[in-house]
Amino acid sequence: MNSLVPYSHTLVLAGGLFFLGAACTAARRSLVMILIGVEVMLNAAGLALVAASLRWQQLDGQALVIFIMCVAAAEVAVGLALIVHCQRRTGSLDADRYRLLKD
Amino acid sequence: MNLYAGTFYLLAAVTLGSTALAVTRRNLMHAIIYLVLSFFGTALLFFLLGAPFLAALEVIIYAGAIMVLFLFIVMMLEIRPAEQPWGAYLRQWLPAGVLGALSLAALVLIILAAGGDPSLPLAVASPREFGRFLFQKYWFAVEIVSFLLLVALVGALYLGRREE
Repeated sequence: MNSLVPYSHTLVLAGGLFFLGAACTAARRSLVMILIGVEVMLNAAGLALVAASLRWQQLDGQALVIFIMCVAAAEVAVGLALIVHCQRRTGSLDADRYRLLKD
Repeated sequence: MNLYAGTFYLLAAVTLGSTALAVTRRNLMHAIIYLVLSFFGTALLFFLLGAPFLAALEVIIYAGAIMVLFLFIVMMLEIRPAEQPWGAYLRQWLPAGVLGALSLAALVLIILAAGGDPSLPLAVASPREFGRFLFQKYWFAVEIVSFLLLVALVGALYLGRREE
């Protein structure tokens, strides 16, 4: 009784989450949704790392998740600043209309 | 199936379902709220997989800070739901969905066919143990990551400044 699910099931779950994030990033036009897709992908990677950490009883996977969270926070800060910049320049959040960082 | 496995599958269903709803919403607010639910599900999964400290961080950083930042930006910019003809919408989703589903199916097949699939043991890494490990083995990476956060802060300030 002292066991959880098979390791492969956690990997399938992480793969499904990653697929949802990748599809969101590829298909949506709104810059906010693209950023959300990237967040979902990072989250899925973290889930896979925690499961692997439990599988091999090593803490390295959990340590890596901390760094993933920091990278996600940094990415969101810069990404949202870019979104505000885009809104001021082009007046919309459509990714297709955001071509130049500097006029 | 014991209680832990049942909890895992329930949380997996909640997380996948709310993420799927989040990435398909037209209204950004709804998408963000669904994503908060998805992150709560992931936090509980972390807890179940023996990482209570990371579960707390997931709630504080992802569901708390990052999603509130998203909400703040969406409210600040007064974004209207974009009108997009349904045809153009489908034209982008179809290739992305088909290619993604194919690669996901291949991934699932590879994982399930690999064999030698042990059940995960039940274990918990206490925050004290985890913190000691992190700062003994990865102290330099922690410093680098803190520097990365500083760079992101400066970059966000530079991009967000108002031009005269």
